[in-house]
Amino acid sequence: MKKSNQIQFSRRAFIRTSALASGGMLIGFNLFTACKDDVVPPKELIDLSQLNYNDFNAYIKISPEGKVTIFSPNPEIGQGVKTSMPMLVAEELDIPWEDVYVQQAPLDTKNFKRQMAGGSRSISLAWEPLRQTGATAKQMLINAAATKWGVDATDCSAKQGLITNKVSGETLGYGDVVNEAATLEVPEKVTLKDPKDFNIIGQGKNNVDIDEIITGKPLFGLDYKEEGMVYACVLRPPAFGQELESFDDSAARTIEGVIDVVTIGEKVRELLKKEDLHWSVNIGSSDKVVVIANSTWSAFKGKKAIKAIWKNTSPLESSEYHSQELAKVIDSGDFNTLREDGDVKQAFSNADNILERTYESTFLPHNCLEPMNFFANVTDDKIHLVGPIQTPEGSADTVSKLLDRNKEDIYLEMTRMGGGFGRRLYGDFVYEAAEISDAIRKPVKVISSREDDMTTGIYRPPTKYKFSASIKDNKVTGYHLKEACINGNSWPQMSNFFPAGAIENYKYDIAQVNSNITAGAWRAPITNFLASAEQSFFDELAEELKIDRIQLHKDLLQNVKGTTDERIQYSPERLEGVIDLAVDKSNWGKTPEDIYQGFAVYYCHNTHVAEVADIKMENGYPVVKKVTVAVDCGVVVNPLGAQNQVVGGVIDGLGHMMYGELTFKDGVPQSSNFNSYQLIRMNQTPYVDVHFVKSDIAPTGLGEPTLPPVGAAVANAIYAATGQRLYKQPFMKYFKPEALKA
Amino acid sequence: MPTYNLKVNGKLHTVEVESDTPLLWVLRDHIDLVGTKFGCGIAQCGACTVHIDGVATRSCVTTVSRLQGSEIVTIEGLSENGNHPVQAAWKEIDVPQCGYCQAGQIMTASAFLENNPNPNKSEIRSAMKDNLCRCASYNSIEKAIEVAASKIK
Ligand code: FES
Ligand code: FES
Repeated sequence: MKKSNQIQFSRRAFIRTSALASGGMLIGFNLFTACKDDVVPPKELIDLSQLNYNDFNAYIKISPEGKVTIFSPNPEIGQGVKTSMPMLVAEELDIPWEDVYVQQAPLDTKNFKRQMAGGSRSISLAWEPLRQTGATAKQMLINAAATKWGVDATDCSAKQGLITNKVSGETLGYGDVVNEAATLEVPEKVTLKDPKDFNIIGQGKNNVDIDEIITGKPLFGLDYKEEGMVYACVLRPPAFGQELESFDDSAARTIEGVIDVVTIGEKVRELLKKEDLHWSVNIGSSDKVVVIANSTWSAFKGKKAIKAIWKNTSPLESSEYHSQELAKVIDSGDFNTLREDGDVKQAFSNADNILERTYESTFLPHNCLEPMNFFANVTDDKIHLVGPIQTPEGSADTVSKLLDRNKEDIYLEMTRMGGGFGRRLYGDFVYEAAEISDAIRKPVKVISSREDDMTTGIYRPPTKYKFSASIKDNKVTGYHLKEACINGNSWPQMSNFFPAGAIENYKYDIAQVNSNITAGAWRAPITNFLASAEQSFFDELAEELKIDRIQLHKDLLQNVKGTTDERIQYSPERLEGVIDLAVDKSNWGKTPEDIYQGFAVYYCHNTHVAEVADIKMENGYPVVKKVTVAVDCGVVVNPLGAQNQVVGGVIDGLGHMMYGELTFKDGVPQSSNFNSYQLIRMNQTPYVDVHFVKSDIAPTGLGEPTLPPVGAAVANAIYAATGQRLYKQPFMKYFKPEALKA
Repeated sequence: MPTYNLKVNGKLHTVEVESDTPLLWVLRDHIDLVGTKFGCGIAQCGACTVHIDGVATRSCVTTVSRLQGSEIVTIEGLSENGNHPVQAAWKEIDVPQCGYCQAGQIMTASAFLENNPNPNKSEIRSAMKDNLCRCASYNSIEKAIEVAASKIK
């Protein structure tokens, strides 16, 4: 493993500084690309809205008082990146955390690179460049102090915002030399700290927005307001497969507060004729009726009063149909092979025994607690967009095409997001807001009701897996995974997760079932169910082989150690590490009689995780009491945030596997609000006991990877308690009161 | 349109809205107090919880016409400087993830502790079960309520 603190980097390429006319220094830097040759940060800075993010994707200001402000345009969706990323800068800059301020920066979209908080990769990508930026700034401050004192820079050191002249013992604050530092050359080389000297990284830091959150300050998209703003509510087709035929708005127009009723959809259709855009544009292709009002309540009421007639434009699908199609495809479909090792056919024909099991999941809505919403103000010279979106760049780009406007006209501000879970990767609500504001030429906030949000979603698609393992002389000789998924499939790298490389004859096949119901990324895409199915299968496989399930994994991992196969994504050593930690911390096999345990281990989203669920049967129902989680995510930057994400992922996963289900009847989603869709609640929540593997490897993300294994840990525990294997989600279906009586 | 006089966080507001308007939207759209959140609109999630005469109430299903003369307290008015013991505990434990549900959680928790300053775990879990947290910060909420209870003592 390379030690990051020993590498030296060329700084000039991606860091530029300028002296601010008002005093202090402004550092502009790019996380993932070099700066263009001739750009420098501005010398005047009255407020941060003046900063453009075309040339740099973040700025740091050091004031003459020694205070540091980081303008971070990275969207915050509860993953804590807005806290952990500045921690990296502050660590290397070596300043007290109390002197650091973080502000969400707005976004001018031209040339803007990766400001996306989807996936768990933000922190891994930022790990080196953010620390280098902090270290560079510190070196420049040291150099300035050294010049002032007339000593060599190597005779000076800096700590906690203070520079010490090691010869004379004198000290200077960062603020005392910041004006001089700003005029210096950016040093070519800096050395990063040794991880053992970290004093911010690895310390629990509060979410930077904590004070605003607990006092109810406006932070979220739904909270955004502007003078003259109107509210809009959009009536979309009630069933997937329908489009608007006609409508009567006479009743709606009589409702107090309703200003206007308009239709949109035309612009999206025009655009789709010209360009083959990403499909999330497509979901807007029906005409939609929009009620414009002077308050949210009036807009909601107005929408309810619209009498619309819908026509069927494609078959109206029901859940039974989806299930049948998945079954058909898994048994006879044409598959794409993502990976094949050895000769699976041969292994299966030589087998003493074959274990074959299928698993099936359902549609899931995202149900971000803040319903989808966006603000748009389209005027002749500017398009102002404000709201919660995980893909600002792509969304702004699409808006420019939709309205046939220059990208430079678009000014997009990201707000804090009331949950993302993948839903806010898709900009459908941004395009709607833009099209509406363009039509009415007013600043407008488009708001979804919970019903709109849940019934016009982009869902986690149902998936069916068939796992087969061939067994010869009580060893696993072959492994064949077939996947049938609605409107999606595994990504290629998933075929290189465990047990790829561990079983000689291995095959990973995928096939897609097409549907007119929109499906997309949902927290830990694909793996959110794949892990659950796979690790349930391994539990059964261990039983079939009559060996301990922990041992089965360890034996298989032996086969991968020292592999030269560069496609393999996981580390067998790190998987082993989390297995050992989970076994140790969960008292595996040593719990009281009425507690049943289940185990699962999984690598995904760059992080290695093992989980043990403890359940107890109460009145015939399985109650999850505790989940022990062992995580290897490299360096834990912010333990407080990390803990929150791990626990959240586990409980979120558990809730959805136990209760989550969105069914369809004739194209209509059968749940529309929290009275007909069950989310996990506090009284159903186990205690989650989190343990991190100590590591100084570069950090990996935590927003997703603890979610996937929990389903299997629970299913395996339920099997231990009841002898019932669970092949279908949601699990609570197996424990209906009627089923219990029988 | 009818006019209503509402006492919110100790201040009198006069609003002109339809009589069926839920308090939630009066707060958010008409008197600019947006700390109270919209999550479901049907009393299922608790994001919109406020105190009405000291009782934790779902503002999304409480129509404005019923509120003349009531003392309404929202998250913005729970304490002078965000230092109510429940808020302090929330900060200490760093409860929020996305943060969207938290005003509602805090309002439910503070009313609950007012009635039961010394709750056990199962009382906390059942008192809080009507407040959803989509980010599943439930373990932290539970811990923070215990911390808050110890601060109140
Ligand atoms: S918005 Fe009132 S309970 Fe959900
Ligand atoms: S913190 Fe996100 S919903 Fe509770």
